[in-house]
Amino acid sequence: MRMLINVPETVVADALRGMAAAHPELNVDVENRVLVRRDAPVSGKVGLVSGGGSGHEPLHGSFVGRGMLDAACPGEVFTSPVPDQMVRAAAAVDSGAGVLFVVKNYTGDVLNFDMAAELLEEEDIRIAKVLVNDDVAVTDSLYTAGRRGTGATLFVEKIAGAAAEEGTPLERVAEIAKRVNDHSRSFGVALSACTTPAKGSPTFDLPSGQLELGVGIHGEPGRERRAMMTSREIADFSVDAILDDRRPTGPVLVLVNGMGSTPLLELYGFNAEVQRVLAQRGVVVARTLVGNYVTSLDMAGCSVTLCQIDEELLRLWDAPVKTAALRWGC
Amino acid sequence: MLDAALFRRWMYAMAAAVDREAGRLTELDSAIGDADHGSNLQRGFAAVAAVLEKEEPATPGGVLTLAGRQLISTVGGASGPLYGTLLRRTGKELGDAASVSREELASALGTGVGAVAQLGGAQAGDKTMLDALLPAVEALGSSFGAARDAADAGALATVPLQARKGRASYLGERSVGHQDPGATSAALLVGALAEVAG
Repeated sequence: MRMLINVPETVVADALRGMAAAHPELNVDVENRVLVRRDAPVSGKVGLVSGGGSGHEPLHGSFVGRGMLDAACPGEVFTSPVPDQMVRAAAAVDSGAGVLFVVKNYTGDVLNFDMAAELLEEEDIRIAKVLVNDDVAVTDSLYTAGRRGTGATLFVEKIAGAAAEEGTPLERVAEIAKRVNDHSRSFGVALSACTTPAKGSPTFDLPSGQLELGVGIHGEPGRERRAMMTSREIADFSVDAILDDRRPTGPVLVLVNGMGSTPLLELYGFNAEVQRVLAQRGVVVARTLVGNYVTSLDMAGCSVTLCQIDEELLRLWDAPVKTAALRWGC
Repeated sequence: MLDAALFRRWMYAMAAAVDREAGRLTELDSAIGDADHGSNLQRGFAAVAAVLEKEEPATPGGVLTLAGRQLISTVGGASGPLYGTLLRRTGKELGDAASVSREELASALGTGVGAVAQLGGAQAGDKTMLDALLPAVEALGSSFGAARDAADAGALATVPLQARKGRASYLGERSVGHQDPGATSAALLVGALAEVAG
């Protein structure tokens, strides 16, 4: 195992101490594992809180800041945070306008956020929730825990964050967040398994020369294993998997996302293929974001997310954002 | 009759069992999940043992509700709320009694398991902890040893099943052939009870 860590037990706390040192604009509570924008609560503003297992950085902690999240709760590696963290985060960002929880559809995240919401309602903090479930690789939702939340999380947090920053009321921010999720679809591919600090070895065995199609973001195996494909073939397969599920009737946002250890050289090359196949299928691209945003530790691979936008969503996407990992317009 | 001291020993025995078996639980979880079940429960039950040392609840119900609350606050993932709910709900059901019979525990545990099924939306055969807990509760009416054996058998019986809940469900048919880590840890919990009370 070659990892830049001390011991597995302190990986999350060590990273939070490092974030605190690098980002004085964040209020990092290392002991309780909550990151809050320093000017919170912002008067009259809906608070946006998200969280999930660690190991997906920059998600979610590095998306805290003006125009995006007000607070984030990192759990242990690939393990959802506990309700205490969410309660603390919501209390820190609520200005009386209520709090929106952005929850990725994983059993642990859903259960813990539900418990937190119950506790907060007893304290008279208004809570709304949006469930992100964009992953088309999970087809048979009757017999599974439902579609996973992956790349669309970034779209939801950015666009709902912009709406909240404008002073939009809770119900309306929640409706916008839900619209972004409903209009988003993702598909992911792994070229290698990832290594969790606790296990110290790859979470599944993927021989060289093979790839996993339809992976999630937790080092879990995908739906199907095949012989290695070219970037062109992977783009065709991924985009078609998305379009088979939902064919956009208007322009889209594109996220070409790296899983953690695929270099930008490869991701941009892959993006060229994604843009080619989208053009061939008649899908108009409004904006494209390429980079490592929703990662899976050191997994090699990529995912594609498409979100069909309208005028309002595009305006909110373009609105200023100032976070550690996403920053434009200010 | 079973008193608070015995329930404390149950939780300590579970903490020791999870310590001992953490590697195996994580190994099982890496096959069909995300390889953290062992370390998560280890962290949670270590915290349970620590808080029981400090607070020393006087009743069986008090021990379990405190343990459940501690699990919810420290474990995270799905196993935190599910195990936390199991113990907290069972503890609430036992109420303020200074000691309880095996039959009373079986009945309370049945309520706790029902709450877990409701929270997770799962049923028997979904390849979850319920596949060990449901037969164990039934067998607990006869003896602690029978409950342990039923839980072990239930955990083993998850091997040929296809997962329908949790992260393993995303594997579809590829989850077949692997023992469910949640059912395995649930069997440890029942085994720890048999160890201290049997």
